[in-house]
Amino acid sequence: MGMTMTQKILAAHAGLKEVRAGQFIEADLDIVLANDVTGPPAIKEFAKMGVKKVFDADKVVLVPDHFTPNKDVNAAENCKEMRDFAVAQGLTNYFEVGQMGIEHALLPEKGLVTAGDAIIGADSHTCTYGALGAFATGTGSTDMAAGMATGKAWFKVPSAIRFELSGRPSKWVSGKDVILHIIGLIGVDGALYQSMEFTGPGLKHLSMDDRLTMANMAVEAGAKNGIFLVDEITKAYIKAHKNKNRTPAKRARAYAPDKDAVYERTVSIHLPDIRPTVAFPHLPENTKSIDEVGEIKIDQVVIGSCTNGRLADMKAAAQILKGRNVAKNVRCLIFPGTQQVYLDCVREGYAEIFVKAGAAFSTPTCGPCIGGHMGVMTAGERAVSTTNRNFVGRMGHVDSEVYLASPAVAAASAIKGCIANPEEI
Amino acid sequence: MGKVFKYGSNVDTDVIIPARYLVTSDPAELAKHCMEDIDQDFTSRVKPGDIIVAGRNFGCGSSREHAPVAIKGAGVACVIAPSYGRIFYRNSFNMGMPILESGEAAEKISDGDEVEVEFATGLIRNVTTGESYQAEPFPPFISRLIESGGLVNYVKEGLPE
Repeated sequence: MGMTMTQKILAAHAGLKEVRAGQFIEADLDIVLANDVTGPPAIKEFAKMGVKKVFDADKVVLVPDHFTPNKDVNAAENCKEMRDFAVAQGLTNYFEVGQMGIEHALLPEKGLVTAGDAIIGADSHTCTYGALGAFATGTGSTDMAAGMATGKAWFKVPSAIRFELSGRPSKWVSGKDVILHIIGLIGVDGALYQSMEFTGPGLKHLSMDDRLTMANMAVEAGAKNGIFLVDEITKAYIKAHKNKNRTPAKRARAYAPDKDAVYERTVSIHLPDIRPTVAFPHLPENTKSIDEVGEIKIDQVVIGSCTNGRLADMKAAAQILKGRNVAKNVRCLIFPGTQQVYLDCVREGYAEIFVKAGAAFSTPTCGPCIGGHMGVMTAGERAVSTTNRNFVGRMGHVDSEVYLASPAVAAASAIKGCIANPEEI
Repeated sequence: MGKVFKYGSNVDTDVIIPARYLVTSDPAELAKHCMEDIDQDFTSRVKPGDIIVAGRNFGCGSSREHAPVAIKGAGVACVIAPSYGRIFYRNSFNMGMPILESGEAAEKISDGDEVEVEFATGLIRNVTTGESYQAEPFPPFISRLIESGGLVNYVKEGLPE
């Protein structure tokens, strides 16, 4: 029986010739990741396991990004605990504020993840790395601790849904619109316990930044992982982001699905049919095309995050904000995903465009996305955000609202003061 | 036996424990804010041994283990739902809190019912109505995790002396 991309990667990492959906396996891990929220509990669990050293000091990655720059004393303590652990363990890949980025923007950029890897991260959006043809999935802190101790994790082999993409998306339609459209189609548990595997001739019209955004939100459809077929675009990206501290294992290569791979179902997505898409509160599946939105006044715009904090996202926002002003009484917060993206924004002139338009331009942090700091909302306030979740209270008060959209829609909305179509700017 | 707190579908980890409280991982501290964004009375009413029954996709969203930690910290003995967010599912077993999958139980049990659960067999008894429901049996690997008391002990048992 043929295997999916995900199943082939899992089989290779479990030392098995074949795996099938539903089977429990133990797989070797290439990267084990945590942040300042999930890292400290993982470190405590690691200590309880009675292991002195992590399995590989090059493969455990710690990124303080959630409540950094430290929002309060508790956050500072969590970060200190993680930093002390990184020093004591001699970790190669601990990224301090000033060199860090939002973890899922940072790891691909640093070349720490590659095609064919098996990766766990104590953060649900770890599935982002599927864009590179890796198996990557979010876990909790105890899994992270076990991963640090043993270099392994247990998995139930998932079945999969195949998404067959065709055609070229229209000008203001990005990976964000495509994935919101798909989540609207299948629902927030439409891919529960399953893989979402993206293939088809439409792939060649999706940049790596588009794909990273799409794989990032696979978890918003309940999926275990999202994964893209490796093509020339992937290979060029991997080549351009080589890391001398990361020697990929032999099994790290492009895995295509078997011809007779068994999929639960195939969903055909014709990219030219997709319109700029917005997810209404309080679930990512509550999607509407921009043409159906109506007049919705907003108080805040957030552009950035692990979903949309890459250079293509900043460029889309800059194209729309150039020479224009953020609407009166609207707060527009722009967070590049990494220090490199920040620097590129300065070099490309985007930083100046943002500041002149009246937007706040910040250092990378997860703060506003989780209602943590740097952009918390009060009762009755509404945001258009390029982040990934619009759950009740996600960005602050339980009576505030989050509308998820692409950077282009968010930037257009910042100018108009209500949810707006970038085609009309 | 415990009293049931019943909720709908897609209860996400942001309402189970809002991110603003994630600056600590202390179970008692997290328990103080458990469920507060969808049920302000939960923490004042919940007693040790009580049970959460919910609709499909319970615990969707973030990977924060703080969510099952908060639920366990609040004294909840068990969660019953037709399906779970997959990270919540594995987190619960990894930290030694069994959770049950049963669409029938989730549909038929009402808020406030008294319910008994037999983990070894997956039998759920509704003491209030006299009905009983059979949950999906645990796969052998999950049973081993439960027997070990969670992933920390499971790893310890597997390490060379």
